[in-house]
Amino acid sequence: MFVSETMATDLITVGPDTTLKEAKKLMKENNFRHLPVVDAAGKLVGIVTDRDMRDAHPSSLLDEESYARTYEQVMEHRVEEIMSRDTLTISVYYTLQDTLLVMGKKKVGALPVIDEDGLLKGIMSTRDLLRAFVNIMGIGEPGTLLCILVQEKPGQMKKIVDIITEENVSLGSVLVAKYWDREKRAVFPYVMTQNVIRIKEKLLAEGFELFDPMSWYLDQLPQKR
Amino acid sequence: MRKTGFVFDQKYLEHVTFNGHPESHHRLIAILEKLKSDGLLEKLVPIGAEPANQRWIEATHNIHYIMRFEEACIAGLPDFEHQDNSICRESYDVALVAVGGVLKAIDAMMAGEVDNAFCAIRPPGHHAEYDRALGFCYFNNVAIGARYLRKNYGIKRVGIIDFDVHHGNGTQKIFENDDSVFYYSIHEHPSFAFPGTGREFETGAGSGENFTLNTPVLPGKGDMEYRKKLTTDMIPAFKSFQPEVMLLSAGFDGHSADLMSEINLSAEGYKFINRTILNLVNRYCAGRVVSVLEGGYNLDVLPRLVADHLRALLENTVSWSADDNR
Repeated sequence: MFVSETMATDLITVGPDTTLKEAKKLMKENNFRHLPVVDAAGKLVGIVTDRDMRDAHPSSLLDEESYARTYEQVMEHRVEEIMSRDTLTISVYYTLQDTLLVMGKKKVGALPVIDEDGLLKGIMSTRDLLRAFVNIMGIGEPGTLLCILVQEKPGQMKKIVDIITEENVSLGSVLVAKYWDREKRAVFPYVMTQNVIRIKEKLLAEGFELFDPMSWYLDQLPQKR
Repeated sequence: MRKTGFVFDQKYLEHVTFNGHPESHHRLIAILEKLKSDGLLEKLVPIGAEPANQRWIEATHNIHYIMRFEEACIAGLPDFEHQDNSICRESYDVALVAVGGVLKAIDAMMAGEVDNAFCAIRPPGHHAEYDRALGFCYFNNVAIGARYLRKNYGIKRVGIIDFDVHHGNGTQKIFENDDSVFYYSIHEHPSFAFPGTGREFETGAGSGENFTLNTPVLPGKGDMEYRKKLTTDMIPAFKSFQPEVMLLSAGFDGHSADLMSEINLSAEGYKFINRTILNLVNRYCAGRVVSVLEGGYNLDVLPRLVADHLRALLENTVSWSADDNR
């Protein structure tokens, strides 16, 4: 549940003295859009993005010759001159939920992860986050999604889990969503089996409603006036 | 009337799964009774099964996997690799005869003794991967059949149509890199149905890129969507692939009465599937098709759908005018 389990740790970093030329090469070779800048002790001092690089480029309005000449000069500058210093970072103790929310709020695609001493420990990108959620939802492994409507009252979830457990089936994940009828909730257990017939029969016998996810989808569409 | 071969062996009833398991020997008993009472059985050409030569199993599955499966059965374990895969001491031998049945059906068809064939076999196969049992499947009957056609008969292009309501992850994976076998599957959308693979962006890999085609169908869409997709997806795919022989992974678990899925196909929907596939087979494969039973768990509906399927194979005289779908 913590970012430290999912973040990328095989990092490529640069020092503040690295030239833009080198930094650009590294980004291109590794297909990175973010390059953390660390000091000799490994402490994060800033970050260079492909956007910072582009901003440093000479104007595209220049003629070819002056563009090339200016470009070469620009590329000799050091990354600390263009890097962002007030980088948004997260701590190794951040949970995936924290990260999900902060990435959405701050609209960033990757966050450096630092420990209490400010040392860079990893990078958490949206891609790492996606991988973590595939894992959390259990959908990397074979299974079946059940679509159940339950009354909004205590003890319902326990009954569902009990039925699944009685059939000796493992649970990959359970998602719960609001339903248009406020008295009800839509519950989606992902069960790690093909053999769902008995589970479905038992759920029906317990009075649960198995609903067609497509009808639910249609109910959610905005109504025409 | 065509000569349609029919593979069945008493041995198939000896793979006994735990009480209440949907993939039970009662499925075949119910099918057989229905075929008798409908007077269909006497119209079919019986094809005797025998255990497949292990070399054909090894051409598709990992040898250590084959040994693990055999050992699990000998040891009397209740299941193999997952609690879904219920086994008994006989299961390994039955699985060998199931594969053997498919190979015999291919032999009979290739020798011209029958025009086409249906294999009422179990355990099913399309979830079984190179070295992994899954979803009631141990040996991938259809995949082994496709390799057999390639290697024993020198068939250059084998088509596989999988209309079981679940995606045939095993068959897809086995032929992922292979441009000599085209795998087409139509199934309930993997976000809802087992095993969670078979999205439209899974199209094969390496030299097999674009030799896999998946048509996921959302829950409840039923007959209409199948009609549309088989016409717009399946037919053009095989038109360009030009298979010489077709194998079918024939699952009947998409019917509205089958609790295994929510796709809501009707018996009429299955008739459309049969007809469309056979038209395709007549056109490109000179009618050569071996259909192999996969899923189908409602004991009232399964026999009826299989009987319809066999009627379609027997009466497969539908001609296809040269102007259609050109």
